[in-house]
Amino acid sequence: MSEQQLFKVTIDNITIEVPAGTTILNAARQIGGDVTPPAMCYYSKLEGSGGKCRTCLVEVSKGSEKDPRPMPKLIASCRTTVMDGMEVKNITSEKVVDARAGVVEFLLLNHPLDCPICDQAGECHLQDLSYDHGKEGTRYEFERRTFKKHDLGPYIQLHMTRCILCYRCVYTADQLSKERSHGVLDRGDHAQIATFIEKSLDNEFIGNVIDVCPVGALTDKTFRFKNRVWFLKPMDAHRDCPTCSGKVTLWNRGDEVYRVTARKDKWGEVEDWICNTCRFETKNTSDWVIEGPREIDRHSVIAQGHYQGSVGMHKPTETFAAVNAGRAPHLLMDIHSVSEVNKDSSL
Amino acid sequence: MSVKLLLAKAHIEGIRGFEVYRREGGYQSVEKALKQMNPESIVEEVKKSGLRGRGGAGFPAGMKWSFIAKPEGVPRHLVCNADESEPGTFKDRYLMEFLPHLLIEGLIVSSFALGSNDTYIYIRGEYAWIVDILEDAINEAKANGFLGKNILGTGFDCEIHVQRGAGAYICGEETALIESLEGKRGNPRIKPPFPAIQGVWQRPTVVNNVETLAAVVPIINMGGEEYAKIGVGKSTGTKLISACGNINKPGVYEIDMTISVEDFIYSDEYCGGIANGKKLKACIPGGSSVPILPANLLLKTAKGETRYMNYESLSDGGFASGSMMGSGGFIVLDEDQCIVRNTLSLARFYRHESCGQCSPCREGTGWMEKILHNIEYGKGKISDIDLLWDIQRKIEGNTICPLGDAAAWPVAAAIRHFRDEFEWHVNNPLEAQEKNYGLAHYADPIHVPVTA
Repeated sequence: MSEQQLFKVTIDNITIEVPAGTTILNAARQIGGDVTPPAMCYYSKLEGSGGKCRTCLVEVSKGSEKDPRPMPKLIASCRTTVMDGMEVKNITSEKVVDARAGVVEFLLLNHPLDCPICDQAGECHLQDLSYDHGKEGTRYEFERRTFKKHDLGPYIQLHMTRCILCYRCVYTADQLSKERSHGVLDRGDHAQIATFIEKSLDNEFIGNVIDVCPVGALTDKTFRFKNRVWFLKPMDAHRDCPTCSGKVTLWNRGDEVYRVTARKDKWGEVEDWICNTCRFETKNTSDWVIEGPREIDRHSVIAQGHYQGSVGMHKPTETFAAVNAGRAPHLLMDIHSVSEVNKDSSL
Repeated sequence: MSVKLLLAKAHIEGIRGFEVYRREGGYQSVEKALKQMNPESIVEEVKKSGLRGRGGAGFPAGMKWSFIAKPEGVPRHLVCNADESEPGTFKDRYLMEFLPHLLIEGLIVSSFALGSNDTYIYIRGEYAWIVDILEDAINEAKANGFLGKNILGTGFDCEIHVQRGAGAYICGEETALIESLEGKRGNPRIKPPFPAIQGVWQRPTVVNNVETLAAVVPIINMGGEEYAKIGVGKSTGTKLISACGNINKPGVYEIDMTISVEDFIYSDEYCGGIANGKKLKACIPGGSSVPILPANLLLKTAKGETRYMNYESLSDGGFASGSMMGSGGFIVLDEDQCIVRNTLSLARFYRHESCGQCSPCREGTGWMEKILHNIEYGKGKISDIDLLWDIQRKIEGNTICPLGDAAAWPVAAAIRHFRDEFEWHVNNPLEAQEKNYGLAHYADPIHVPVTA
């Protein structure tokens, strides 16, 4: 029994061998690409997460080598372990594509779609999901449910209206902190994430709920409305932190640190939890040892910004002289003084 | 007069108390089971009896019992699901209220069979007064040596605890019930693992309906094979039906599953016909979640055969032309009832009771209710009917627990069989506010194609 048993599983006609006990989703992640079902609620670092959002539904067309019967229903790939000889259909199954489009429509039913003013835009998993798997329109013609905004302590803003009830933050708070101070109140479509009588969340690691939130329901109050994420340069950095690993991603504009987040892997999952001090209170570039640009290679608008090998490495060259026959530009107005022009003259 | 196993003695004065119940032959099954039988042979008897779960799904009870894991040194539990919240179902309430000792007796035998030393009754919160009745019965049983330590000197210990729910339909789903019993939010768990492996406090657990556990008593008393002779096919034994709606005699009836639906509705022994001399329009034969059937398909199957009150016959034709036995909540609708309105109230119920854990059910149930509300109040569009169909299709089968299916089926069946009534509502919005579509053609005989 010393050697770990390997199961052969075929997902969308690609066969892979994985250790027994691996979930279908994780096996698909090993293959990567379009074969991987999307996951809005599953988070490999959080015990008990998954199974709720239903975006990762797949069809099992063959149960296993021993019992080749197909499973009668679509199943949540994040919570179903593979069997030897299992055959799974993800994007090759019409049923899955149809059901997933349905789930996306359901998730967006009460979502405000306020992306233009949402801080999560550009790195929002719900945006990615709806672009990849949704339909272009909704058939919902009713008023969407809304909640009033809640302040969860000095750093975190809860905007329930955007929430898709993935329960990730509940698991994070449960598993990273000793005291359970927030959870889900009510049920059905009026269920909400809430703290007990608006009690603030107060824990050294509670800031991580912002990172696990797939949508813009939990946002960083030190960063809210400061900048769009795709204008920022993500950079790996570290510091000697007494509380956490100190390994973070800095989001800079120029030399200014706009926000600090944990490092996320290509599935959008946090690699190391970071503490509130690193996240909210250490915002000087001088506090950090910068390792280099952070590559964000999957999902999101931010993945489109290719900073690799350019930002911070070499300065862009001035091209005006080259296209203007060697003449230097004639400076009409120093644009740095534009703000002076706009000043109220009555002052 | 058909066989009565559960309710035969329900009308005897004082049967609620231990003394009368014992005098009438109560607790014989406990003596027989604990002294003459072993757990394996009890499970074997229940298997032989062909008893099917009475809570709605109709899964063979003996089979369910045999799945329970038996790891060394880990306690096992039996949980009685008394969270009877399905609209139209009130049979367990009657059983517990009038024959509490029958349930306790069944629980002791079943606990012995499954090796459960701590057995729980999870009872619907609204049944507050029944908790007292059950606790009195438990105390009486304990005082007479049928519960507690060393029952009847056999060395078997068993305690029964009654736990009240806090008013949620979803807690009737077995894993949500287990969560709630543990003191957590009543969200259904993701299966597997099934409760038989990891149930209450991660221990192997069997969850059974009140009626299922009560039926264990006659099975042990008469033997599984004798029990299996009652009824027909795989529908063995007797079933409690709680009949309600537009009938002359609503109430709880015990049937032996050989009676036809027509006889059940019209005979004086049971429902006594449709109230006020009206005509039968439709019926939901097994509690609110099962598909509604129009009168013609209710009394005869699509093949033109008589439909009987049993598991197989009620589901004959699948969902295309059949329904389900469900939990036995028999809701009868007469010609004055509006199917759209009826569907709206069911949709409202499921929207209110959805736990909100998984997206299709959380969002879809609310959406369906809003659309149905529009149709009922004269603001519907023809395209709404197809939209409803598409929504229910995307909920069904894609959720964590069967509540999603339960919310989808009534809407699906209403559209499937009563589409013209929906269309009438949309096309005659003003008229639909004042009068109903009426019986229309829903009781007309169905043309049965002749096959060679």
